[in-house]
Amino acid sequence: MTIAILAFYLFAGVLLAAAMLVITTKNPVHAVLWLIVCFFNAAGLFVLLGAEFLAMILLIVYVGAVAVLFLFVVMMLDIDFAVLRQGFAKNLPLGALVAGIILAEILFAVGNWTPGAGVAVYASVGAPPPGMTNTQWLGSQLYTRYLFVFQASGLILLTSMIGAIVLTYRRREGVKRQNIAVQVARTPATATHATRPAIGQGVDL
Amino acid sequence: MIGLSHYLAVSASLFMLGVLGIFLNRKNVIIILMSIELMLLAVNINFIAFSAFLHQIHGQIFAMFVLTVAAGEAAIGLAILVIYFRNRGTIAVDSPDMMKG
Repeated sequence: MTIAILAFYLFAGVLLAAAMLVITTKNPVHAVLWLIVCFFNAAGLFVLLGAEFLAMILLIVYVGAVAVLFLFVVMMLDIDFAVLRQGFAKNLPLGALVAGIILAEILFAVGNWTPGAGVAVYASVGAPPPGMTNTQWLGSQLYTRYLFVFQASGLILLTSMIGAIVLTYRRREGVKRQNIAVQVARTPATATHATRPAIGQGVDL
Repeated sequence: MIGLSHYLAVSASLFMLGVLGIFLNRKNVIIILMSIELMLLAVNINFIAFSAFLHQIHGQIFAMFVLTVAAGEAAIGLAILVIYFRNRGTIAVDSPDMMKG
């Protein structure tokens, strides 16, 4: 049990320190790398909470896809980041004020929160029903009770994929493309022509 | 013993850092997008902490939907960022008055 407490403070501490570095570091490439550290530690917290499947999904989706996408964009765009950091110190007081107020409000609300009637908040982390793993438990609800929401989330992903392609697609001039319909529609009549040149004459192609 | 309130405190602090990041890096859209990811991560920690301490699965399911939307949002946001950079040559967003009709 001591190990679990130590692990919680380790993951939470590194998570918050890495998040601090994400928003304050000068180089955006380093910010992306600290974001990856954040995701790893959040995955550790998820494992402590018994959500193993979501921890692994977090690693695959965020570290494997989203963070790499960020890294691609940061490295691909040739940006002068020194200009973008202007106003960092100027915005600090207002930002710290607003962020502090939000933190105080959340902590105040959480500190005064008590569960409503009929809601049981347990002292320890729950386990899946007997004979089930976390993944089976998740799937048994996701594919039955939440089926339509699940389908809708698939539609959201499809929409965002189409949106990203449409936004970044650029038709270039002077590029030869394969036109399969034209290729398939070719017949010997349109593709060849027979000539009978006289002796000593060339053929005009 | 680590209870629900510990996780909620971590989540609140992470959310606060996300808000602070948006304020500090007002010109840099990439860091703003990363701050939004941090805030969504804080929301996910909240969902999963409640799911674990209420001994129910629904919080984890909704955390999965938040994950889905966050991935889509990152893809669209970065696509917009790329065409913005292509048109303007910079990603400073202090005066995006080009979007006026």
